[in-house]
Amino acid sequence: MMKRNVNIKSMKYEDFNDNEYIEQMLKELRDNGTNVVVGCLDDVIEWGRSNSLWPLTFATSCCGIEFMAIGAARHDFARFGFEVARSSPRQADFIMVAGTITHKMAPVLKRLYDQMADPKYVIATGGCAISGGPFKKSYHVVDGVDKIIPVDVYIPGCPPRPEAMLYGLMQLQRKVKAQRFLGGLNKGISEKEYERLMREDTNKAEDYSEYDESGLA
Amino acid sequence: MENRIDMKEKIAAMKPSAVWSEAGDGMFRVPATSFRSLAEKLRHEEGFDFLRSLTGMDWGEEGLGCVYHLENTSTGENVVLAAIDPDRENAGIPSVHDLWKGADFNEREAYDFFGIKFLGHPDLRRLFLRDDWKGHPLRKDYDSSLNPLNMENEETSNDAPSYEMTKDGSYILKRHPLFEDQEYVINIGPQHPATHGVLRFLVSLEGETIKKIDVHSGYIHRGIEKLCESLTYPQTLGFTDRLDYLGAMQNRHALCACIEKAMGLEVSERIQCIRTIMDELQRIDSHLLFVSCLCQDMGALTVFFFGFRDREKVLDILEQTTGGRLIQTYNTIGGVQADIHPEFVKKVKEFIKYMRPKLNEYHEVFTGNVIARQRLIGTGVLSREDAISFGATGGTGRASGWACDVRKRHPYAMYGKVDFKEIVLHNGDCFDRYMVRMLEIEQSLNIIEQLIDNIPEGEWQMKVKPVIKLPEGSWYTAVEGSRGEFGVYIESRGDKSPYRMKFRSTGLPLVSCIDTISRNAKIADLIAIGGTLDYVVPDIDR
Repeated sequence: MMKRNVNIKSMKYEDFNDNEYIEQMLKELRDNGTNVVVGCLDDVIEWGRSNSLWPLTFATSCCGIEFMAIGAARHDFARFGFEVARSSPRQADFIMVAGTITHKMAPVLKRLYDQMADPKYVIATGGCAISGGPFKKSYHVVDGVDKIIPVDVYIPGCPPRPEAMLYGLMQLQRKVKAQRFLGGLNKGISEKEYERLMREDTNKAEDYSEYDESGLA
Repeated sequence: MENRIDMKEKIAAMKPSAVWSEAGDGMFRVPATSFRSLAEKLRHEEGFDFLRSLTGMDWGEEGLGCVYHLENTSTGENVVLAAIDPDRENAGIPSVHDLWKGADFNEREAYDFFGIKFLGHPDLRRLFLRDDWKGHPLRKDYDSSLNPLNMENEETSNDAPSYEMTKDGSYILKRHPLFEDQEYVINIGPQHPATHGVLRFLVSLEGETIKKIDVHSGYIHRGIEKLCESLTYPQTLGFTDRLDYLGAMQNRHALCACIEKAMGLEVSERIQCIRTIMDELQRIDSHLLFVSCLCQDMGALTVFFFGFRDREKVLDILEQTTGGRLIQTYNTIGGVQADIHPEFVKKVKEFIKYMRPKLNEYHEVFTGNVIARQRLIGTGVLSREDAISFGATGGTGRASGWACDVRKRHPYAMYGKVDFKEIVLHNGDCFDRYMVRMLEIEQSLNIIEQLIDNIPEGEWQMKVKPVIKLPEGSWYTAVEGSRGEFGVYIESRGDKSPYRMKFRSTGLPLVSCIDTISRNAKIADLIAIGGTLDYVVPDIDR
């Protein structure tokens, strides 16, 4: 079965500026081929996933205010299914890195990312998250979050306008649609592997034998 | 920032070792050993109760030190002191945290940036950088290759070091535990929606009651002050907008005014008028966001949408003239980026007409609400003395009965010529802090109304040399930002970039008083207290 072209409800395919990367992704999927039943089921799942992406409320500086603005009355990202902003990384689908990431914050951001459940996505919003922006030369700024965590969509601007943010979010929707969920993203892992990953974000990965069953030291 | 002549003579009589240096605003330079007794006299005998700003300094060969800007809140007198220790390796200055409570966090900042040991300070930890950071970044001899990105999670140490000096001039390091073993400590932040950015609290609880709060900041410390030292004056302007992005106009206004003062440049009435209107529009924008966020934190989501609906109208006006929504980069040295848009006057008038009745909507929905009143009235009381001592300016100080508005204390731009009321309330609780801001929106509308029809003709950008060099000296200029006194301190050595540029954060005094006012409050009240203090974290961390 041929993987269908990605179309989202809110904007026409031709109106996007950069369709090459999505075509590349589709080409790879098509080359592998899919079973009809799995493919149809996959289409349904991706339709659902792309229309209810839940962001993590994560904001460090200026871009965070514009992130609030797209959640509020005029711009309203509920139109696209993003309105369920979660404060816990365990419940979020993607993290929108809105603002500068400093050396002190970098391990915290990595930890938040590790705590999110798969499949997870990252959007780098604004100059600081993309490259360090105006603070690139500073002694305490990470020049680009892609040095720490993998980034799916970049939204340039300082800060980006709400319209730009919505465009970026729609790009993420398209990216989600151009993926294969069954047999692709939802790889099963063993319980042991899961335990190891969960412990990876603490410094005390080796000596967890000290902990008793209640989880307290 | 006039040093009055009689003050000069008084200080010379008090402390013969104090040397008056004339350049710029002028200051008294005091050796570190005799600084403490002079500070005590100024505090207790002369009534200098407000520490406006404390700036760590690296004077190179002359040693390390601090610049203190003091104000007497009853007479309005100002004095600038500098304490210097020539020993670069082991600089030590007596702490003044017991004279001005605001010095507590500021001294920790100066220790963090310069490695100056404040003798007698009870808790001299780093304020912004990680505990395992090597060196002190704002020193001129700092080597940035010492600290590559460290992805190890930070361990929180539980002890506070303090330094004391022995008779032979060496230091004793003492350590005290921050929290006892039996205390129940919970962690809030840095990733928490109610901390308004990346701020971290360690809260010690007894049941639901808060016993102590330890504030950890620095998660968005970008080192702006150090960056400024390698940029030319026009280039430094861009950073001010990104400090407190809800006071972008006022911050930039302060820096431009400080540079203009140092250059001896007088800007035209038109520029001053435009800047005043823009500052007030920004204030309305900021206060609307304050209400939105406070209500959202307290679960009243409707007001969040109201606030953003009205805020977008302000942003539309700003955008039309400046091209930016949140960060406008509008003021320049000696003027503004572009003249006001032809429709600016009309749009602003429409907005004033629209906004006044809308304010009642907020009062109907939120101010009179039983739940809101129960949670806000009487919680988080900050006394007037504490507000002054901490230097908690802006709406927070005015809610505690301290008339601290820079627009009235040191009028600048058009504020001396317009008629407006300084809102001062007296209970100092969360509700008053909320009301001050609501009432200030009305006053801001009044100010704009008086100016909008009378914008004088003239140029919007004065003629300024392409390369700006400031003469030798130091200057301090403050404006009333959206959430308090925003000050800029520049020390110049005659170059085209500053030798030291310090921004007086409006938020740092606000978080430094959070421990005092939240003690014995309930943990749920911390959200209301944090919301009404109205700090912006990137402005605290800089």
